[in-house]
Amino acid sequence: MPRINSPAELEELRKGILSKRDQNKPCITLCSGTACNASGSGEIAASIQEEIKKQGLSAEVDFRRTGCHGFCERGPIIVIHPEEICYLQIQPKDVPEIISLTMKEKKVIERLLYTDPNTNAKIIHESEIPFYKNQERLVLGSNGRIDPKSIDDYLALGGYSALAKVLSQMTSEQVLEEVKKSNLRGRGGGGFPAGRKWEECRNAPGEIKYVVVNADEGDPGAYMNRAELEGNPHMVLEGLTIGAYAIGSHEGYIYVRQEYPLAVENVGIAIKQAEEYGFLGENILGSGFDFTIKVHQGAGAFVSGESSALMTAIEGRVGEPRPKYIHTAIKGIWDRPTNLNNVETWAFVPQIINKGVDWFTSIGTAGSKGTKVFSLVGKVNNTGLVEVPMGTTLRKIIFDIGGGIPAGKKFKAVQTGGPSGGCIPEAHLDMKVDFDELTKAGSMMGSGGMIVMDEDTCMVDVARYFLDFLSDESCGKCVPCREGIRQMLKILSNISKGKGRDGDIELLEGLSEVTRDASLCALGKSAPNPVLSTIRYFRPEYEAHIREKRCPAYFCKELISYYIDPKKCQACMICLRQCPGGVIAGGKNQIHVIDQEKCTKCGTCFEVCPPRFGAVKKISGEPVPSPVPEEARIIVRESKEK
Amino acid sequence: MSEILLQIDGREVKAKEGKTILEAAQSVGILIPTLCHHEKLEPYGACRICTVEAETRGRTNLVAACCYPIEENLVVRTRSEKVDKIRKMLLELMLAHAPEAGALQDLAQEYGASKAHFEKEPSFCILCGLCVRYCTEVKKKNAIGFVDRGARREVIFIPEIALKECPSCRECFPLCPTCVLQAKFVLTQALVPTLATKEKGKAESVTISDNGEDSSS
Amino acid sequence: MDDSKVDQIINKHQGDVSSLIQVLLEIQKENHWLPKEVLEKVSKKLKVPLSRAQHVATFYKAFSLVPKGRHEIHICMGTACHVRGSPRVLDAVQDLLGIRPGETDSELKFSLETVNCLGCCALGPVMEVDGKYHGKMAPAKAGEVLRKYD
Repeated sequence: MPRINSPAELEELRKGILSKRDQNKPCITLCSGTACNASGSGEIAASIQEEIKKQGLSAEVDFRRTGCHGFCERGPIIVIHPEEICYLQIQPKDVPEIISLTMKEKKVIERLLYTDPNTNAKIIHESEIPFYKNQERLVLGSNGRIDPKSIDDYLALGGYSALAKVLSQMTSEQVLEEVKKSNLRGRGGGGFPAGRKWEECRNAPGEIKYVVVNADEGDPGAYMNRAELEGNPHMVLEGLTIGAYAIGSHEGYIYVRQEYPLAVENVGIAIKQAEEYGFLGENILGSGFDFTIKVHQGAGAFVSGESSALMTAIEGRVGEPRPKYIHTAIKGIWDRPTNLNNVETWAFVPQIINKGVDWFTSIGTAGSKGTKVFSLVGKVNNTGLVEVPMGTTLRKIIFDIGGGIPAGKKFKAVQTGGPSGGCIPEAHLDMKVDFDELTKAGSMMGSGGMIVMDEDTCMVDVARYFLDFLSDESCGKCVPCREGIRQMLKILSNISKGKGRDGDIELLEGLSEVTRDASLCALGKSAPNPVLSTIRYFRPEYEAHIREKRCPAYFCKELISYYIDPKKCQACMICLRQCPGGVIAGGKNQIHVIDQEKCTKCGTCFEVCPPRFGAVKKISGEPVPSPVPEEARIIVRESKEK
Repeated sequence: MSEILLQIDGREVKAKEGKTILEAAQSVGILIPTLCHHEKLEPYGACRICTVEAETRGRTNLVAACCYPIEENLVVRTRSEKVDKIRKMLLELMLAHAPEAGALQDLAQEYGASKAHFEKEPSFCILCGLCVRYCTEVKKKNAIGFVDRGARREVIFIPEIALKECPSCRECFPLCPTCVLQAKFVLTQALVPTLATKEKGKAESVTISDNGEDSSS
Repeated sequence: MDDSKVDQIINKHQGDVSSLIQVLLEIQKENHWLPKEVLEKVSKKLKVPLSRAQHVATFYKAFSLVPKGRHEIHICMGTACHVRGSPRVLDAVQDLLGIRPGETDSELKFSLETVNCLGCCALGPVMEVDGKYHGKMAPAKAGEVLRKYD
């Protein structure tokens, strides 16, 4: 690859790349993000390459493996350009047909298209699918057109033009002013104004300064950064380099969690390619600006994603948080000024430079500009990555884009902000999502995880789950976090096992206050949030667990019993045969009865009882009816002859 | 280094820039309780018992006095309803692990903390880290260290180093607020007797006598 | 583990003290666990106190101080997988293999670990074995998947 020494040479290179590409040439793009890979896109890719060759189309049809398209529930996904035909849930056996019918004969295969659940209409084009139609994909939009292992793909879309503009036409102060005026707020969780942080770092005393990309994405259920880094690594590199220029840093770090091996691989490849072209290294684009980037992997600790802990980990020490009374922007890695931002925050920078502050501030709300990528997961039909302008309502995200709750169940709550966040109930579904609105409701934006919960989710268990997570992930250094979480977890476990006592809620609130006020870092300080928000909105559930030993969601094992309704049981023997413990008595014409003493509450019988009988039900908070006497268990079937 | 004027418990205090609230308070004889602090060691901020109210630029925050750098016009309150509530609960949380520890008992009385508030889980260690930090920062031997994280975090001796260095040093023993450190060392010795023999060609051991002092054999 | 291999990995990072975690990650990947001698060697070469190397090796979930089985199972316990039933999958796998998270069976065939979110939430519940992701797991399905490994 030739070394590019000036913005003019970059444009020559770009022209060269584009001249060899035909916009109208048929191209099959296959989503190859981690999840689609897990669903078999590797096999599908091999199949596509083989079929293209077999059917003699090697010169006419291009094939590109791209990053995450976002509609993860329906992966693996193929989008065929230039028509933008979108096929979902592809299997290798579909490939020959796709090549012969769609690529050769230009015919659309109906069964692979998206079907609108309300109208049953088939939708051909990706952008018309409701999931995508309602989004504004500033950050993720390019994923479908880029092979993350190809820098030329990124260049073909205008990549590195922002860097060229910055280095040749703007001073570092001007770049800083742009980012400040844009009101870009950090996308990692804190929502702190990026421009202000950059300025503090720039003005901090010290020649050597560092910039860091936080790709440790530890919030369970959140995988936006994975798709961003895996799918379009150059976008992040470009943003980071521009930031380094504005701040006066010449060394950058990308800290990626090791649970994302594909992201580690792709960003490593991207850095090498950028270095070859001269977009990283010495005298970038002839500007005299030097900048290099190193990749550091995490090793499996959620707390190390906290900014001061991350910096300590980069130093090669145990990634424990430090007191942040002196900002890390002033004293960070090796006590030097360090500016850390989330992957998504950096990803916005090239666009802000190219399209301008007015454009960026026209999107979003007064306090929160731009778009946000959310990972919409849990009890929702269209699981995937959703990017919408700040100010979009929860209802629109969960129902219009997310397609609502599966199996006709009722929405109960949406959990945002990961373990530092809270649960938001139905009453707030029309909330216009932004940093401040979520905080007012007792939750927070966090990194963007949105976990939808339905009527079968027990909110006491949700609080217990998060505390369990945090007790495993706490570094354990300070007393309020380590011990406060330990005690709160004990109380919640007892409540969910039917051992709750009057006064437990008050005890939880008391512990929450101290943990929140006295902890060293944000993990401890925000640990009480899941507890406090579920008590705030779902107090009756707590009280039912404590006073009536009843779980309203029929979830907590120790508080529920499975019971076969003798009036509905048809003695089909399905549950009897599948019960792992063999605790169901009965026979061909004999009503089935569960031995309550031996039942382990695995729930298998409930799952396998045919819906037309619906004989198995869950009981909570009341005694299980005594079994019908043996003689009364015989079913007398009506004879078929009359 | 310039001088900074701040207020602690209503008193005007002058202290050098770069000092912490704790240092400034100590310089005028105002007592703030500490457990994990030691003047020979870097401030650690683990026990949080030194939490105080610090008002600056119109906002009041709860901060660890041992770590917080003083600012001009800072208003500090070392006791208040909030602060006392926090200290009481922190003590109760620690008492669950070391119900008889002298250092905790004294403070417990002052703040009305009960050792029965939380179910006992006697590990006898409050993870103040004084032993680890002293060995790392002052003695530079690193014979003792932390392992694991969260509720499983523990302090352990590194047998090969400890059995060589500790018998002639033992300077961290009196620092331990719960006195469990000596017990841990003796246990370490007992678990690896062959190593102790290998090291010096003869078994060398430390025994703790009744009055808490040790005597080498 | 081969001494020269350890040297190779350390030299790749220029013996830089800040590369402790990166070096250990590579050794863990090659060797599947960190023997005590290797920790001692790394701490000596990088001039890092053994106590720090030990804390790093026990603090982070990626490292194991005991030998692992031929096949490493990671069951995702992230929120999305939890809400979709991963605790029942974990129960089933525990019952089937007779080991709990953090343990390895006596034949050194399987090691079981939980992991807090692999980032494949649409496929939840997810079980990863030797780097291969298995999605939409259920108690019985998990057993089927594991029986295919030898």
